[in-house]
Amino acid sequence: MESTTPTVRRASPILLAIIMIIFVLSLASVYWGIEAYIKNDTANGSFYLTIGVTTLAISTYLLFQTQRRVVRISLEIQPLNTTLLCQKCGFRNVRDFQRGDYVFKQMEEPCPKCNEKAVTINSIFREVKEKGKQIAYS
Amino acid sequence: MEMITLILQQVLQLLPGSDNLLSWILQIVFLGIFIAFMFYGQRFQVLIWMREIEGSLFKLKLMREEARKTAIAAINETGKPQVDPTGQIDRFLEYFALTPVELDPTGIIWRLEHMLDVRDVRFKDDVRLMAPSADEAQINNLENTLEAATALNMIYKLIRHFYLLGKKTQSLYVIMQVQMVLPLIMKEAEAYSSALKAFQLGQPIGDGAGALVAAKLMHDYEKTKVEKDVVVAKVPIEGRTAFVLKAEGPGGNVGKPGEAIKQIIEQNEGKISLAIVIDAAGKLEGEKTGEIAEGIGVAIGGPEVDKYKVEETALKYKVPVNAIAIKEDVGDAVSPMRKEIFDAVDGVIDRIKRLIRERTKTGDFIIIAGIGNTIGIGQ
Repeated sequence: MESTTPTVRRASPILLAIIMIIFVLSLASVYWGIEAYIKNDTANGSFYLTIGVTTLAISTYLLFQTQRRVVRISLEIQPLNTTLLCQKCGFRNVRDFQRGDYVFKQMEEPCPKCNEKAVTINSIFREVKEKGKQIAYS
Repeated sequence: MEMITLILQQVLQLLPGSDNLLSWILQIVFLGIFIAFMFYGQRFQVLIWMREIEGSLFKLKLMREEARKTAIAAINETGKPQVDPTGQIDRFLEYFALTPVELDPTGIIWRLEHMLDVRDVRFKDDVRLMAPSADEAQINNLENTLEAATALNMIYKLIRHFYLLGKKTQSLYVIMQVQMVLPLIMKEAEAYSSALKAFQLGQPIGDGAGALVAAKLMHDYEKTKVEKDVVVAKVPIEGRTAFVLKAEGPGGNVGKPGEAIKQIIEQNEGKISLAIVIDAAGKLEGEKTGEIAEGIGVAIGGPEVDKYKVEETALKYKVPVNAIAIKEDVGDAVSPMRKEIFDAVDGVIDRIKRLIRERTKTGDFIIIAGIGNTIGIGQ
């Protein structure tokens, strides 16, 4: 359960047009570079390829920068476990957290095993699975 | 003009591919980029940083809006107000508390304590007005929710201030200092953001680790309420008598543990052999969540009024104060309690027992104080 606000901020169309022109020119430059190499014109080939690859990298970076604006903010309700423990027979029951639960709360309902009204909340916690690779020295 | 064209032609002939028009254009563009980076490299760097700050600012704005919405929903749900509380909540989000004059430090602690008391009373009264149907525990939880929303509002406004100032002045140094601390600020904002739901639902948070230790020790014993929102129980441990204290739960509350410890020491005429203070402490990167560390001193965070009181009284009566810290991240401290922190509580109790056996004699009196926000933890 979560509330999410997806939001997209649009980049300026002029900026996008400039980036696209640079992108197309850089592709053309790479093409001419390869063509020059095929014709054994290494001087021109190196020149076109250097310019082409450099501008291709710059325009791709700028293009990613304009597209990176998709932001999602969510206030997640993190799943919590509540452990109920019968003080008489030691019967343990784990369920999802419910509003009003707190550690050492005396529950109204009797124990499902011994039927005594001696059930308290013993623990409330969340389990987190560590994401990603373990970093060295940790 | 002809001269310039001639020089340009001469220069361009030195470069490869100078025999066609496109090659000329590309070479000029390439040289242009090179010269632009030579003179405006710093400006480009500023632009990149500004974009980064803008992105984070946008995220902070969304967090602030979500926090405001959550606070309004919590007040409406729990407090059942007769009138729309939105205006009152918006006013609350702009509240500030000024710190006392530091130029004359004499008595600053007492002045700070007074300010904090006034702030606390004002906050609680306002929440009561907003949420007339809420009970005391719910009022504490709502106050915590509103405080988290206020913190997010302040963070957003502060970053916005530096962003706009940087934009206005185009100063590398104004922009650089924000960009450098931004990851830490975003981490803090994300922690407050995840704390909102925990406060709204009354779930125990990582900061309550110390309070949970005290709650486990005092659970089966008679409790008395002492200083503001603090409960104390006389608990026999290892043949000694321990005064175990914590903030009164299960509402979101930290109480005034410093004043309570001071009162207990004075009531016993200083005949306290050992005081043990347990609190959650910020972990360093690489340390494990829920790690336990022992030390000396008063482990009480916050504005240090309580810490000062304990230090003063401990010094007067020569009471040794020991500390036990449960390590956790800033994000874990305000978000629902992790299993690792909950599991660390039994380890802390073992350490307390060992400390008592090693440092005191049978029949001695000791103090065990569980510090932290006791939201979602009874006693």
